[in-house]
Amino acid sequence: MTATLGRFLILASVLVSTTGAFIAYAAGAKRSPEGLKWSQRFAYAFAGLMVLATGVMEYALITHDFSVQYVAHVGSTQVPLWVTIVSLWSSLEGSILFWGFILGIYIAATTWVNRNQHQEYMPFAIGTWLSCGAFFSFLIAGPANPFLSVSPVPLEGPGPNPLLQNHLLMIIHPPMLYLGYVGMTIPFGFAAAALLRGRLGQSFLRPLRASLLLPWVFLTIAIMLGGWWAYEVLGWGGYWAWDPVENASLLPWLTATAALHSAIVMERRGVLKGWTVTLIQASFLLTILGTFMTRSGVFNSVHSFTQSAIGPTILIFLTAVLLFSVILLAFRIDSLESEGRIESAVSREGMFLVNNLFFVVFTFTVLVGTVFPLVVEAVKGKQMSVGRPYFDAMVVPVGTALLFLLGVGPALPWGKVTRKEMLRALLPPLITGAIALIIGYAFGVRSGWTLVTLLFGGYAAHVTFAQMWLPLRQRLKKGDAFAPALIDTQLRRGRRRFGGYVVHAGAVIVFVAIAVSSTMRTQQEVTLTRGQSTTFAGKTVTFLGSEERTEPHRQSTIARFNITKNGKTVATMEPRMNQYAAMREPIGTPAVYSTIGGDYYLSIMNLQGDQVGLLIINMPMVGWIWGAVLLMGAGGLIALIPARRRTYVVVPEPLATVPDEVVA
Amino acid sequence: MTEPTASDAMRRKTRRFMIGAFAAAIAAFLVIAYGGISKNLVYYWTPTDLHAAGNKAYGATIRLGGMVAPHSVKGRNGASGLEFDVKDATGIVHVKSTGVPPQMFRENIGVVVEGTMTRSGYFQCNRLMVSHNNEYRAPKAGHAVNKEELQKMMKSTEGLKE
Repeated sequence: MTATLGRFLILASVLVSTTGAFIAYAAGAKRSPEGLKWSQRFAYAFAGLMVLATGVMEYALITHDFSVQYVAHVGSTQVPLWVTIVSLWSSLEGSILFWGFILGIYIAATTWVNRNQHQEYMPFAIGTWLSCGAFFSFLIAGPANPFLSVSPVPLEGPGPNPLLQNHLLMIIHPPMLYLGYVGMTIPFGFAAAALLRGRLGQSFLRPLRASLLLPWVFLTIAIMLGGWWAYEVLGWGGYWAWDPVENASLLPWLTATAALHSAIVMERRGVLKGWTVTLIQASFLLTILGTFMTRSGVFNSVHSFTQSAIGPTILIFLTAVLLFSVILLAFRIDSLESEGRIESAVSREGMFLVNNLFFVVFTFTVLVGTVFPLVVEAVKGKQMSVGRPYFDAMVVPVGTALLFLLGVGPALPWGKVTRKEMLRALLPPLITGAIALIIGYAFGVRSGWTLVTLLFGGYAAHVTFAQMWLPLRQRLKKGDAFAPALIDTQLRRGRRRFGGYVVHAGAVIVFVAIAVSSTMRTQQEVTLTRGQSTTFAGKTVTFLGSEERTEPHRQSTIARFNITKNGKTVATMEPRMNQYAAMREPIGTPAVYSTIGGDYYLSIMNLQGDQVGLLIINMPMVGWIWGAVLLMGAGGLIALIPARRRTYVVVPEPLATVPDEVVA
Repeated sequence: MTEPTASDAMRRKTRRFMIGAFAAAIAAFLVIAYGGISKNLVYYWTPTDLHAAGNKAYGATIRLGGMVAPHSVKGRNGASGLEFDVKDATGIVHVKSTGVPPQMFRENIGVVVEGTMTRSGYFQCNRLMVSHNNEYRAPKAGHAVNKEELQKMMKSTEGLKE
């Protein structure tokens, strides 16, 4: 019954999204307001059907209705309720349904927000979104159908993949990632609309930028949560292994970040329109490529839970979107006319260009390293992977260059820059850079790249901080009162600018923390018997013993360690081995003792009677990464919150120059 | 459309120059990337593949997958100096490993060891992994090791432990 209802809803959504897409494109071509109204209705209907279908699936999961195939596949009466609820995205079919759910909400929300605006673009945008919706509905209805019936109905299911039950971060990481991934559909639709209409006017930049920034915030946080989860659960003491699936989440982030920057130049200078649109399309394509890599089983990793037949279908979609984008760009890019030009290479906009170049190089580096083994396997049938040293060797210089630009770019003024202006802007932050370098050296940093990172990081921190509060200082100089000037410059009119620099501040910390935590990390493997202790990185670890604990869904062996520093106990740490019913082997869960300076990390390699094989890792500053990425997300949100409803002064387009205050 | 002007021609010239520079940069990048990749490839081999590779095996980073041969494990209790043989249907390789083996490590279990083949005739292992894959079943003693299963296992252990 439930399965039939679900299948019905999905078939209806295939029908609604396909029809809606046709109507919307036709409405766009004919510029029909009535057609736009109808395409909006279809967009809402698609969202409604997706939400209902997901609701039906959650109902089946919670009531343990094993007659539904997906529930029989991942459900279990033995697991806690939260695990049952998040089982929706624990396996392939459910996660594609979840994708449709988020896509529906994004489409409906964006359509609603712009219901009375941008009428010349909206039909094409809705048409493009609903086309994507049609594809995903088709995927849910066909190759990845979670609503198939099972007969005879089993009495119990195996429960979701134990690795996903092992940590609470698994509740938030996938939804965040999906919000980021799926959200890239929206700017893609806007970009396609601009190309189809053959125009990208000044007033359309705002929804375009906002629709890119929101998924960017989600994706930023999702990537961090994924790394954090790996660090807390997998037990090898790292957060990033250049695993193909990790790379899949990073690639669209890189192009989206580049697009957010080039959009600023587009807004200020009226140039780089075609380029920005290309980056937005690339971001969407990379999310689809990422889905292909994670969900088709071409890469087997901790992330790909099942092998399935959806790989070829996604590949066809990827090819179709690629062709659509390339053809559209080829025919229409010239219609997005430049209205200005870039005057000088050493200027703010010049730095933006170089920034974009480095982001693209970064993307290609990761893309090539990720896809290369696939190509070799397809062509030669040999299996191999690209080792971590490749990524480290290629990415470290590019990342360092980006950090350099993060400091230098915002320090330079827009337009033509005189030599004197340049030196006055660029020299003072060097002092802060030097201080950061000296502090690092005093703490024992000897790695060349890390020292360079500290120098550039200090420099960038100085510039970011100065720029962040610059409008406030200017207002105070004019004699304004402090409190109103503060609120106005940072939170009201200057909110976008302020948010941008908050993101930059977070990024500087991330750069430094990654460099320090990866080069200053030390580790040791030891075998301890009960009562025995070892001293590592200034702390003494004593093995107190182990105990068994039985929970409904798992059995845990918990080892207890006492950590002392200078004879004083600072912590008791309990790394454990969890044995899940459905798994042959136990999964270790490490224990982490975090302080402001860094983490002390214990991971059990093996545990037999009174003897424990232990991996101890000392990793400075690693916790700063998680906090700083949250700061980046917060900055993005600050920049995103729309300013108070403004009365637009109707300005004839194209606009030659826009004063700072208007776009802010 | 406005009439083409001298400045338009200039702009087109600049644009052509930009596109050329961009293409050159991409080409240079691809050359560097290819060099970086070919130096850092990790080969997924079975003991049989390793023997077949002959001299090519020395120095390359190899992810060797197979079964821990019965009665071959030595030095189990020490923190270092673990030795064992990894075998598949037709080949066998002697492996030396430092470091603590994972919990499930034992005879007759599927393992993946990452490291290099030394000229002294043993495989120096830097990472020892036991497959976490739910779907993979370790071959039963006496049965031939299925190559496809091994390759699947080698892929699936990626990034799990380092």
